Amino acid sequence: MATTLTINGSDHRIDAPDDTPLLWILRDELGMTGTKFGCGVGSCGACTVHIDGEAMRSCQVALGDVWGDVTTIEGLGTPDAMHALQAAWLRNQVAQCGYCQSGQIMQAADLLSQNPDPTDDEIDAAMSGNLCRCGTYSRIRAAIRDAATQMREEVL
Amino acid sequence: MSRLGTITRRSFLVASAAIAGGVAFGIYKLRQPIPNPLDPGEGSALNAFLVIDQDGVTAISGRADMGQGAQSTLAMLLAEELDVDWESVRVAHGPASVAYYNAAMMESALPGAEYNKSSWMRTVGAFVGNAGGRFLGTQITGGSTSVRDGFDKMRLAGASARETLKLAAAERLGVAADRLRTEAGAVVAPDGTRLPYAELAEAAARIEPPQTEPRPRADWRLLGKDQPRRDMAAKVTGTQAYGIDTRLPGMKFASLRMNPRLGGGLRGFDPAPALAIPGVEQVLDIDGGIAVVARNSWAAMQGAQAVDCDWGPAPYPDTTEAIFARIEAAFDDSPNSTMRDDGPEAQDGTEITAEYRLPYLAHAPLEPMNATALFEDGRLTLWSPNQAPLVQQRTAARGAGIEPEQVTVHTTAMGGGFGRRGESDYSELAARVARQMPGVPVQVIWSREEDMTHDFYRPGVIARLRGVVADGTAKQLDARIAGQGMTAQVAPRLFDIPVGGPDRALVEGLFDQPYAIPSYRVRGYTAEMDFPVSFWRSVGASHNGFIHESFIDELAHAAGRDPMEFRLDLVRPESAVAAGVLEAVRAMSDWDNARASGRALGVAMVWSFGTPVAQVIEVEDQDGAIRIARAWIACDPGIALDPLNLRAQMEGGLIFGLSAALHGQITVSDGMVEQWNFPDTDGLRISGAPRIEVQVLETNPHLGGVGEPGTPPAAPALANAIFALTGTRARELPLDRQFDFVL
Ligand code: FES
Ligand code: FES
Repeated sequence: MATTLTINGSDHRIDAPDDTPLLWILRDELGMTGTKFGCGVGSCGACTVHIDGEAMRSCQVALGDVWGDVTTIEGLGTPDAMHALQAAWLRNQVAQCGYCQSGQIMQAADLLSQNPDPTDDEIDAAMSGNLCRCGTYSRIRAAIRDAATQMREEVL
Repeated sequence: MSRLGTITRRSFLVASAAIAGGVAFGIYKLRQPIPNPLDPGEGSALNAFLVIDQDGVTAISGRADMGQGAQSTLAMLLAEELDVDWESVRVAHGPASVAYYNAAMMESALPGAEYNKSSWMRTVGAFVGNAGGRFLGTQITGGSTSVRDGFDKMRLAGASARETLKLAAAERLGVAADRLRTEAGAVVAPDGTRLPYAELAEAAARIEPPQTEPRPRADWRLLGKDQPRRDMAAKVTGTQAYGIDTRLPGMKFASLRMNPRLGGGLRGFDPAPALAIPGVEQVLDIDGGIAVVARNSWAAMQGAQAVDCDWGPAPYPDTTEAIFARIEAAFDDSPNSTMRDDGPEAQDGTEITAEYRLPYLAHAPLEPMNATALFEDGRLTLWSPNQAPLVQQRTAARGAGIEPEQVTVHTTAMGGGFGRRGESDYSELAARVARQMPGVPVQVIWSREEDMTHDFYRPGVIARLRGVVADGTAKQLDARIAGQGMTAQVAPRLFDIPVGGPDRALVEGLFDQPYAIPSYRVRGYTAEMDFPVSFWRSVGASHNGFIHESFIDELAHAAGRDPMEFRLDLVRPESAVAAGVLEAVRAMSDWDNARASGRALGVAMVWSFGTPVAQVIEVEDQDGAIRIARAWIACDPGIALDPLNLRAQMEGGLIFGLSAALHGQITVSDGMVEQWNFPDTDGLRISGAPRIEVQVLETNPHLGGVGEPGTPPAAPALANAIFALTGTRARELPLDRQFDFVL
């Protein structure tokens, strides 16, 4: 049965079983590999995307259950037109292997959309579902604060 | 043959003369230049380490990126000499070739403590490193050696290329080469004429490259200053392609299931339940397990789970208790090594004894094991995130039933490695799948569960220690450690060479620490078992750092001394460099100012991979649970070539060590690993990560590594802080089995 999803603003017709997790639709059926597979059980956050603006673990959402527009890291910004968070990640040189960072950035985008000026404790609480095996946490905190400042200034 | 074809077969200058560095090779084969492996297509390869084409300069790294940033540092070494804008430099991984042998890796495998190697030992070491590295083809990313190995190579490659480009420009302009200068990717004539390198490269490739000394440090404009990593923009936009992101036309996805009793056989299987799953196309016997080929990874993983398999027994004791009983029994044999044997056995004073037990550990890089392979016309092409391309080539050839020369290896970026991707099982298995589906590219992707239960684990160990203190200092430290010998397993598996004799990996971090203890003895006892083990970030120092630095802390308390002062008294006479990092964390952490009650500090210092690292951790009591509040790190790698990345590695190393200390363990029951996924053995999360400060000292006369040395002090610094807070000494890990934490 074909399903139509709106991903990063474009419609995609997908002919795959309804119970296939969104993660694998993105990566394998559509070739959008920016969203990563780390655990498959909702415990690492590498697969985080937005559904109607809210951060979700795409390995835990079946194709048939996707309830809104999907945004992936590719839709957040591009190397030539980065989102404020990506630019902050670049300024703060956050990534080591980088594999977790798509998920980290998508999670952080959700945080800042709800809380434009988070404290370190609020950052920690929001980001603790995203595992980084390389241990980039200090720079993640710094980049989120940096992006928050930039984004608030842009609004003013 | 085209001109480019001829050029790429030119011998490259660097390894043929400059790297020999005055060491007289007596063996003919070593005198032969290694052919340049690069085929740059449209561009010109002036040597094995750079390609210049119309778009500019690409630095070719012989080392892989698993997050440690070495590719960026290697490119910086080249760019420093070549006079190109940092922002314009691209970085690519070189092909599988002996041209990229790692001399520093071989050198560091030799016996002896790094901190007090004499100059003749270093000369012999460099010789053995070069000779052994070339013969064995050790193109390996590991042992924190990439930059140590590349420090001269990349600068000489850049300097020589720069001078060659000047010669080409001199010829073109009719001006003497010494009147030309270089800047921002161009040769500049006295009259201001600029000739971009791209315009000169082809002519330059025909000129015999001169040998040039690298520039003095005072002239550096890139090195030693914070530079952005070249891969950062791709990594924050989801556009960095890791192995798992390889996509080829017509590619299938496969997932596998190997015997959970590691190394056991497959007696039979029923594919029917898997074939009933939509999207599953076939089930393959891959010797010791099955692979399910499907339209996407999900269907393949579901299918692999569904196959009904009849597994053979485990070739090792089938519980953790039985494995540790075997380790314990090794103490009854004669020692495999006695790498430290200083002073008389008997000392007067107060005797302290302790036994430490550390668990097996999984590597668990965030990108699960995977490799993509295409078998076509008797040749195999492999896309593999890996730390050792020549090993991949050999083992993938075995998997495909062909010769290594028939295998092309593309080394992709890695979503972490930590030693796991120095192994090559995942590529051999991918080759076994690909050979059964000629002409069809296939990505073989492991589930996290398959990854965690089929690792080559950091060995579990038991250590028995005896110490004597008197007059407020340590008079004796006698350490005996038993565990599986890693080297004896890894060398035949990866290099087809049997390695017997003393196993350095088991005792490193224990025998080679810079403490002036008059009676100091370290013996290793190896337990023979076929439970798969391998190198894990910081290798032996990952367990021995904990054992040594926890026991030093025990001795300090037994001697009634402050643990920092106790250490400094013992370290100062042995190594001013090591004392320096201790003094630095003492100041940074304000160690000498007592903390309020409910807070405590712990310190540890470990010298590994050429770099001493001291860490202080501050813990606090929060309603009976322990919170890891802050951490201070001081290291001394000699020169901070790439300081921004160096600090990141120190922080990452600490977090990696804390993750293992808090949660890390692999246990076995019924022959099978009991931890399947992150919920079973988690990594530290941001909410449990301390605030970290890093200071880099530059007094070490020798360049040290940065990717691993940050890990070993983390666990003992934490355990020592916990002792200071609670009075309970942790002699086993992980700590979450013994203490409550706020994480
Ligand atoms: S892959 Fe989805 S949370 Fe880990
Ligand atoms: S940067 Fe490697 S897992 Fe986070």
